[in-house]
Amino acid sequence: MEILKIIFYTFSLVSILSASQVILSRNPVKSVLSLVLCFFSTAILWMLCECEFLSIVLILVYVGAVMVLFLFVIMMLDVKISFLKEGLVKYLPLGIGVAILFVLGIVYSITYNTIISCKTFSAYPEGYNNVKILGEVLFTEYIYPFEISGIILLVAMIAAISLTFRGTQVRKHQDVTEQIRVKAKERVKLVDIKENE
Amino acid sequence: MIAISDYLTFSAILFGISIAGIFINRKNLIVLLMCIELMLLAINTNFVVFSRSLIDVSGQIFVFFILTVAAAEAAIGLAILVILFRKLNDINTSEINKLKG
Repeated sequence: MEILKIIFYTFSLVSILSASQVILSRNPVKSVLSLVLCFFSTAILWMLCECEFLSIVLILVYVGAVMVLFLFVIMMLDVKISFLKEGLVKYLPLGIGVAILFVLGIVYSITYNTIISCKTFSAYPEGYNNVKILGEVLFTEYIYPFEISGIILLVAMIAAISLTFRGTQVRKHQDVTEQIRVKAKERVKLVDIKENE
Repeated sequence: MIAISDYLTFSAILFGISIAGIFINRKNLIVLLMCIELMLLAINTNFVVFSRSLIDVSGQIFVFFILTVAAAEAAIGLAILVILFRKLNDINTSEINKLKG
């Protein structure tokens, strides 16, 4: 029991520290890498509350696809990073103030709510298979939202391609019949050069 | 076992950090997008924890759909970022004022 608490507090601390590294880091590449660490430790927390399928999906989809996309874009854009932190000191007190107010409000409502405060998870019933039930519910009850989400992904893919597509480029290609048909007269042009001209 | 309120506090702190990030990094479009991803992660943690505590998988199904929409949003946002960079040679949000009335 105690080891679970140690794991929970360690990884939530890692996650929170890396999240603050994301917003405070001067270099965008460093903040993407911190975000990857944050996703990893949050996936471990999800694993700890026995939602193993979603935690693996988080690592595969988010760390594997979305964060790599972010890294690619940052490395291709070649952004000057000096100007990016201009407003940091100016807006830091405001941002931290709003964040602390928000967190205090939520923590207050969590602690004084008798339904959720200090309650732990009840054990799964006998023979409960999380992944199996997830699949069953997803493909029966939520089949239309599932298909719509597929269409959303397709639309996003087409939109991303059509936004960044620059039109067909003019390529230099060989035309073999044209090359064979050519005569020496067409290739070499003799020009008379007169003196004193 | 770990209390539910610990998980909820964790996700609230994560959400607060991303709010602070949006205030702090208002010039940097890439970090703004990353802060939105961080917010969605905090929300997803809430969904997962409540789904687990009520033993009802609907919350986890919703996490699926949020992940889908977040992936689509990241793809389109980064595409817009790329064409913006081609046009302005910059990703400073204060430069994006063409639609100013």
